[in-house]
Amino acid sequence: MNPWMLVGCVVGATVLSDLLQSFEMKRHGEIEDLSPGGIGRVLVTLAKKTFVILAVFFMAISFFSFMTLVSIADLSFAVPATALSMVVETILARVVLKEHIDGWRWAGAALVAAGVLLLAA
Amino acid sequence: MSRGASTFSVKTLIFTLVVVLSNAVGNLFLTIGMKQQAASLGTPLSYITAIFQPLVALGIGLLIIWMLSRMALLSWADLSFVLPVTALGYVLSAILGRVFLEEQISARRWGGIFLIVAGVALVGWKTTTPSAEPPKAEGV
Repeated sequence: MNPWMLVGCVVGATVLSDLLQSFEMKRHGEIEDLSPGGIGRVLVTLAKKTFVILAVFFMAISFFSFMTLVSIADLSFAVPATALSMVVETILARVVLKEHIDGWRWAGAALVAAGVLLLAA
Repeated sequence: MSRGASTFSVKTLIFTLVVVLSNAVGNLFLTIGMKQQAASLGTPLSYITAIFQPLVALGIGLLIIWMLSRMALLSWADLSFVLPVTALGYVLSAILGRVFLEEQISARRWGGIFLIVAGVALVGWKTTTPSAEPPKAEGV
């Protein structure tokens, strides 16, 4: 299998998982009760949320794809290549979550993209 | 937990080391273990079997420690500190790959790795406060 296809699976699943998590957690609101009981109640509430379940599902897909990736590709390729998720997440944070991204963060994302491009070349 | 404390404590140093090392070493063991399994991968069941191979299990265990220690570190340290420091994991992974897996790392690949570290560090360094507009409660 082409390692870039697996990088695509890892990145795609990571991004979906993070987006779903971020969306659902913000909808839930800031967690303020940090006592064990409070965290327990939050976990019970979240475990019933479709987006959280989907996020965990995509996290698992991402990890199994990564396992497959390192079974065929170099470690020194696999780890940096999956940083591509940062670039996609920055774009989607802007487009989907409507976050404000300043120039520095765009510059950082662009550097990561350039780095991954060098890995590909 | 003193939120916003700027003192670089011994606790922070220890957790930072644990975060960086557990990630890189965990990935190393996962890679060694999975390369041994590469031929027998295919069905979902083969992945379940792979998880219980000693080296893969060790790798996964270290990655669980990585996640937990990173969450703990994030509870008192700024993301703008955690992100760039843990980005060093990319360089460490490359070094471990070079040393233990005898991977050939071209100048171009080193260049790519350093650009990625610089990019992650820049995002972290320039991150101040979260800027998200919370989604509407009745969204979707």
